[in-house]
Amino acid sequence: MTLEGWAQIALVLLLVVASAIPVGRYVAAVAAGRVTFLAPVERAIYGIAGVDPARGMGWKGYTLAMLAANAAGFALLYALLRLQGMLPLNPQGFDGIAPWLAFNTAISFVTNTNWQAYSGEAAMSYLSQMAGLSVQNFLSAATGIALALAVCRAFAAGGLRDLGNFWVDLVRMTLYLLLPLALAVGLAFVAMGVPQTLAPYVQATTLEGVAQTVPLGPAAFQIAIKHLGTNGGGFFGVNSAHPFEGPSALATALQIWAQQVIPFALALTFGHMVGDVRQGRALLAVMLGYVVVATAIVYAAETGGNPLHLAAGVDPGMGNMEGKEVRFGQALAALFTATTTGASCGAVNAMFDSFTPLGGLVPMFLIQLGEVLPGGAGSGLYSILVFALLAVFVAGLMVGRTPEYLGKKVQAREVKLAMLAVLVLPAAILGFTAVSLVLPAAISSIQDAGPHGLSEMLYAYTSAAGNNGSAFGGLTADTPWLNGTLGLAMLLGRFAYVVPVMAIAGSLAAKPKLAESRGTFPTHGPLFIGLLAGVVLILGGLQFLPALALGPIAEHFALLAGQTF
Amino acid sequence: MNATPATHAGDSRRSGRGAALLSGPILRRAAIEAVAKLDPRRLVRNPVIFVTEVVSILVTILALRAAALGQPWTFQAGIALWLWLTVLFATFAEAVAEGRGRAQADSLRRARSDTQAKVLLRADDRALWEPRAAEGLRVGELVLVEAGDLIPSDGEVVEGIASVNEAAVTGESAPVIRESGGDRSAVTGGTLVVSDWIVVRITAAPGSTFLDRMIGLVEGASRQKTPNEIALDILLAGMTIIFLVAVATLVGLASWNGQPPSVAVLAALLVTLIPTTIGGLLSAIGIAGMDRLVRFNVLATSGRAVEAAGDVDVLLLDKTGTITLGNRQAAAFVPVPGVGERELAEAAALSSLADETPEGRSILAFARERHGITVPPQPAAATVVPFTAQTRISGVDLPTGSYRKGAVDAMLRSLGGEAPPALREAVDRIARAGGTPLAVAKDSRLLGAIELKDIVKTGMRARFDALRRMGIRTVMVTGDNRRTAAAIAAEAGVDDFIAEATPEDKLAYIRKAQAEGRLVAMAGDGTNDAPALAQADVGLAMQTGTQAAREAGNMVDLDSDPTKLIEVVEIGKQLLITRGALTTFSIANDVAKYFAILPAIFVASYPELQALNVMHLASPESAILSAVIFNALIIVALVPLALRGVRYVPVGAAALLRRNLLIYGLGGIAAPFLGIKIIDSILQLLGLA
Repeated sequence: MTLEGWAQIALVLLLVVASAIPVGRYVAAVAAGRVTFLAPVERAIYGIAGVDPARGMGWKGYTLAMLAANAAGFALLYALLRLQGMLPLNPQGFDGIAPWLAFNTAISFVTNTNWQAYSGEAAMSYLSQMAGLSVQNFLSAATGIALALAVCRAFAAGGLRDLGNFWVDLVRMTLYLLLPLALAVGLAFVAMGVPQTLAPYVQATTLEGVAQTVPLGPAAFQIAIKHLGTNGGGFFGVNSAHPFEGPSALATALQIWAQQVIPFALALTFGHMVGDVRQGRALLAVMLGYVVVATAIVYAAETGGNPLHLAAGVDPGMGNMEGKEVRFGQALAALFTATTTGASCGAVNAMFDSFTPLGGLVPMFLIQLGEVLPGGAGSGLYSILVFALLAVFVAGLMVGRTPEYLGKKVQAREVKLAMLAVLVLPAAILGFTAVSLVLPAAISSIQDAGPHGLSEMLYAYTSAAGNNGSAFGGLTADTPWLNGTLGLAMLLGRFAYVVPVMAIAGSLAAKPKLAESRGTFPTHGPLFIGLLAGVVLILGGLQFLPALALGPIAEHFALLAGQTF
Repeated sequence: MNATPATHAGDSRRSGRGAALLSGPILRRAAIEAVAKLDPRRLVRNPVIFVTEVVSILVTILALRAAALGQPWTFQAGIALWLWLTVLFATFAEAVAEGRGRAQADSLRRARSDTQAKVLLRADDRALWEPRAAEGLRVGELVLVEAGDLIPSDGEVVEGIASVNEAAVTGESAPVIRESGGDRSAVTGGTLVVSDWIVVRITAAPGSTFLDRMIGLVEGASRQKTPNEIALDILLAGMTIIFLVAVATLVGLASWNGQPPSVAVLAALLVTLIPTTIGGLLSAIGIAGMDRLVRFNVLATSGRAVEAAGDVDVLLLDKTGTITLGNRQAAAFVPVPGVGERELAEAAALSSLADETPEGRSILAFARERHGITVPPQPAAATVVPFTAQTRISGVDLPTGSYRKGAVDAMLRSLGGEAPPALREAVDRIARAGGTPLAVAKDSRLLGAIELKDIVKTGMRARFDALRRMGIRTVMVTGDNRRTAAAIAAEAGVDDFIAEATPEDKLAYIRKAQAEGRLVAMAGDGTNDAPALAQADVGLAMQTGTQAAREAGNMVDLDSDPTKLIEVVEIGKQLLITRGALTTFSIANDVAKYFAILPAIFVASYPELQALNVMHLASPESAILSAVIFNALIIVALVPLALRGVRYVPVGAAALLRRNLLIYGLGGIAAPFLGIKIIDSILQLLGLA
């Protein structure tokens, strides 16, 4: 670790937080309908779609609208991928995507997971990338934000019957938030040399005289939304490690900023929407604290290097550079890793499979903690609110009152639904991993033996169920078993989680908002921040310890003992 | 404010009903009941302990099988034994809590003997009655109860007046007056009429009387889970399922590289991870909370009401008798110029000679204490002028002169003429300060004024300060005018007051507070309090009050002491805190258990994981067994805390949370590290593992 490295990390995080403040306030204003500079466009969309923007929806109506929109998105994307061979904007003449892979990919992009069992430049036509994947990048992010707004509204006042209008939230978040930001960030990427073209791939002869195909495409703007929407699906196969996708340290810093800014901003939006900014700040503090600690562990583990390499006489100055890009360096790779997994983005600029065991443990554990640090666009906020409710419930009893969060009593129904949501991740991750480690059809996908092989499988289901989408590597993912079960894990991680969360929102919305007193459990300030951080770790993380002990933790101690896998 | 409300609340205010926390007979009976409670059909109500029992059965079968096949079986048997003990300790905790309640119920039941009732055949003829066993009484029937009779069932006095010994219910042996009309008309079945007679209209059918309900409640027979308890149960069940998933999937995960752990080991891991500590103590905590309330002579109609008490934000307290000593008392004599204070005091005392009201008594007492004036009890040649609502003047005519005292305006009207400016000034000052001025005259000459004052009970200001720190606003309710009310409110240190309060005002105030999202508690006794008692989230009715008030409230105070509302709130809070603290403790325990069990389980496949054995436990078997033993023993160790309740300190939510998180959160993380290590060392010493 170097001071320079830490300075880079601090600068990027500072910029993230500094911009999250105005963005958070802005999103709250958009959600309340106070931002209207695109009102004519908005009206036109509602007119065509036959949406009455004034009509509020209860939690069921809101959730059903969301499910319907996502089901339609899935069907359209699946059809587009299957049929891409017959459609235009396919200069490389790619065939349609095979059924299982198309199923997996369509779910992946609809659920904001963006797990990729394909390599973009070798499989996707420009039309699929633009009209299929990019569109879902916008819609899945807007869906997540819309759901988060609905949940925020449930806390805002007492006796509410509706949580807003899903279609209005979807349109407004796309029009006023995602499109302008993507436009600006995309232009910046173009300026940094990221391609944005419909021209076919370039055939080049290298200095050694070898013929090489240089893939191109409409990448810059897709990459912009890939990060802003915490999607993470790379335009190119190796994601942000690709020289066209992450051309420079500056570009990678901008990507880190982009994949963090909306989740952090939404924490503050929550504060604005419930009328107490301190509440949002407390959530943000928990998120930021974890990001810093996780970054520090990855940074330390990776710059510490591999003891076996050091023993063999490798220069210790670089640390473990296997699988990392020299143009980013250790600090930005560590920050990128912690933020892409903490933020449910899933873009990568380094290969986790080549990390030290502890360096690889951190991204996996961050996802298992429930994608709340800061989590995906919208999903991070509504997920950390589930933990906040549970924290308030357990510890809140200790102040001698029926636990309440922001004046809403947390009672049996909320606890039941919250536990249902919390159950989704361990069931999907551990369940599928356990089965896959004994099923011959699945075992054949694993590259390495021992605990490292277990990590490869565990990471895949972790990434899918956590809707992260990053890959550990070392796993042949394009098989019917993995495509199918990972797709299922993604569906569970998104929808089996959010439906109970919306039911909580519906239940809380209807409750009266109790007045605050000195006897009220304070949900801002250092005590609550520490408590929430602990609850995330204990309720979100403890159940994964046995699995992690058999994977990266065992590997770590084996490595110290000189054993590799 | 009592610094230790926990013990305060636990103290018995009456003799004979306070049992030691854990006495021999209770423990013996509880041990037997604990075994009976192992019945899975009963245990299924408690998901965590039910799962533990299922796992215990499984491991027992495996140990027996291993023994039958001649395989090593002692380790499995050891695990099975301690898993069974875990279940048993949990059922024991519940049995102990119930046993303590039952001991109280038995003493109550003695009062409910077979009573013969004198049922009146005609409402207007007391002489015409037929004897009938109390069980045969129907609601609405009239019974005659005479001196020496037990009142056969709950009812309302419709005729007569009698003194009644209610010791059976309240523990208080001094008789109380029960009469028709007014606010002292309710009588309780099982209490004894010691003088005179009353006619009672039966209001409760046999089996559902106050005493029956009380017995049912303290025995836990009619105990239903409270809302918070249900929510907590769900949380614990959810955690149990999550850890079931984590442990079950280990079979697949571990078989990737080496042998999966044995079922006994997985069972040990599961049971130590699921929240058995709080799961085992949860119902004991609930029963004990109810029990504390009963010991405190307050009877709640449901556990829900006790919980609600903990949530209260606003406390409505009657001024008279609750905040102040109940009656105005003489506090000063203010003579007009030209009159000596002693002369005024003498006249005031004489004018109050025949005044039997507490105010009149206080004037005599004050004159004696301050000026050493003693008057003969009843001078021979005295003509008493009694107080009437029309004249509002009372006094006495003696050979030495005629002495009068009364409301200032009434006195002026009666004497004619204007008040001297000095008197007018004194009267204004007294009224401004919240007092009541009385004018005193001798032979139609105004001598001065008596200041009557409400005396705030000592210590009330400190209690209200403590309530404020708890986040509870106190509101004083009084029939006084605004000015008087404001002065007393300021002196007592309450947050708000309702002056010239009518029953409608109280109701409106409660509704308004509730609309603002506050929970309201109030105490009341009269029939006109009933609507407000019903509207309040916690309504504490007085045992001496009317039947209507008792029905409307959700708690009854047998001592009829409205200030107890404050302790009721504390007991409610204590109940919730105990649950939260033990849940936190239970969950925090898991960290250390992981460090004990995980390296032990996987050390065969990955010897390097021994590095995680930070406690340096002797062997994998010893580590696993130590964790299981700790997990079982901690339940027993915490039974006294569960029964007594975590101490409640009125310091405000933030400070309370910090304190409890420190003790039960961090303590919960640290304790098992120490405990497991000690158990491991003992096992080594004994050569058991």
